[in-house]
Amino acid sequence: MTEPPSRNPEKASAKIQQKRPELRVRPTAPILPPSNIQGSALMVVISIMAFLACLTLGGVSMVRSTAASWESQISREITIQIKPDDNLDMEKALTQARDLALTFVGTKSGQIVDEAATARLLEPWLGPGLDLKDLPVPRLVIITIDESNPPDFDSMRALLKDSIPQASLDDHRTWVDRLVSMAHTTVMIGTGILLLVFTAMVLTVVFATRGALSGNRHVVEVLHFVGAESSFVATEFQKHFLKISLKGSAIGSALAALFFATAGFWQSRTLATPETDQATALFGTFSVGVLGYAGIFATMIVIALLTTFTARLTVMRTIYEIDTLRSDPTRTDGIGS
Amino acid sequence: MIHFENVGLRYGMGPEILRDLTFDIPKKSFQFLTGPSGAGKTSLLRMLFMSLQPTRGLIRMFGRDISEIPRPELPLLRRRVGIVFQDFRLLDHLTTYENVALPLRVRGKDESSYKTDVLELLKWVGLGERINVLPPVLSGGEKQRAAIARALMDRPEVLLADEPTGNVDPPMAKRLLNLFLELNRLGTAVVIATHDLALMEQVEARRMILSEGHLDIYD
Repeated sequence: MTEPPSRNPEKASAKIQQKRPELRVRPTAPILPPSNIQGSALMVVISIMAFLACLTLGGVSMVRSTAASWESQISREITIQIKPDDNLDMEKALTQARDLALTFVGTKSGQIVDEAATARLLEPWLGPGLDLKDLPVPRLVIITIDESNPPDFDSMRALLKDSIPQASLDDHRTWVDRLVSMAHTTVMIGTGILLLVFTAMVLTVVFATRGALSGNRHVVEVLHFVGAESSFVATEFQKHFLKISLKGSAIGSALAALFFATAGFWQSRTLATPETDQATALFGTFSVGVLGYAGIFATMIVIALLTTFTARLTVMRTIYEIDTLRSDPTRTDGIGS
Repeated sequence: MIHFENVGLRYGMGPEILRDLTFDIPKKSFQFLTGPSGAGKTSLLRMLFMSLQPTRGLIRMFGRDISEIPRPELPLLRRRVGIVFQDFRLLDHLTTYENVALPLRVRGKDESSYKTDVLELLKWVGLGERINVLPPVLSGGEKQRAAIARALMDRPEVLLADEPTGNVDPPMAKRLLNLFLELNRLGTAVVIATHDLALMEQVEARRMILSEGHLDIYD
């Protein structure tokens, strides 16, 4: 049942006014219109760039750690090789060479590779049942060294040459140098790719910002007429691009992190299979570790900041250009207000 | 307050469209700026707003020669001038309230410090019930009143209006004129650029007539 209308119209009107809810202001909207198709396209581009950047970063760190582990394994040992000679008592020379090497500070232990082990080493090339006495095969002494405090290789080499002219010392420096240069090359290539990715991204953001500025030209004009400073307009665009770039770089970085996690999981599940062994030998383990994930996170932040900074600089510059054109009547290429 | 002396303006290598303009806009004054289409009314308003530099002559705004003012300082000086356009220039994605509050927002003020003032001003121009409406939904007269409210929001010393009644019917034009007169009574100098003779006949005010690049003033 509804109430009958009041007989006094003034009272009724006052009642209606009392009942009418006070108008509430909606939460303030951003000065730049919310995201549009252009914004979504830019977000996808930034996602792809972030994914590529994180992939490159992870790849470089994997190759570096693999090269470092190879380097450490190789540089843990040195080898003394003694070539056979008619006047040489091989067994005596081997023992003398080991003892001489162990007199140096920085050596830990020495092991003479005996005839059986030498034969096993040569088996893939010369076949089984090899009698080393029939062949002039060099013999080896393996010396384990302290990596943190290695011996003086040049002095050791000279002393060995003086005592046993048929002996030569291989400190694996050639291999280690090659590995180090390979790792450096990989890092340089990776850095180059990262630079290219960042450059492409900066250029994309410059174009996108200019596009957004011309798409929102009416907003810039209105802000100009209400007395906004360039820095205020730049901050508004900066906020807009920070949101887009944070979303984009977070998606790209998350995908890269997922890729590494999935690859690491696949590798751990298929250990000791020929495919995994081959992949491990080539690329090392796919695990990027906590540092790797921290690097991916840092890349995400760097990309977001780079995008924001680029957008701000582009806006400031473009507004300056617009202002110059607008205020200078001698410029007929100007943009009339 | 505003002083023009021998001001001339030409676009590019073209002929001088404004020649030897010498006049003052005194404080609390009310004037119409009129002339045929293409006479240069909008260009003159843009120079008054410091948005366009003259090709010759001297312009002093609030006691300062504008040719000597560094570019970053210009927005701060422009804040002392309100401007209203024939095409309103409201932002379509912002509500009436947000459009009117824009001048204070760009000055970095907190919403709580201006909310009441904006709502009062909107009531004063008759838009108290339209605060949450987006401009595409507003009528021509409402849009013009919102644009005027925006220009007045930061209490400018001068209000420049470019054909403010060009897009409204005569009764609304009269309402808007009353609004400008009321504003002038409260102390703001008003310059209305128009070629609406009917509008000018309603008020005894100073007339600045632009013709063939020259300015004639009838007090």
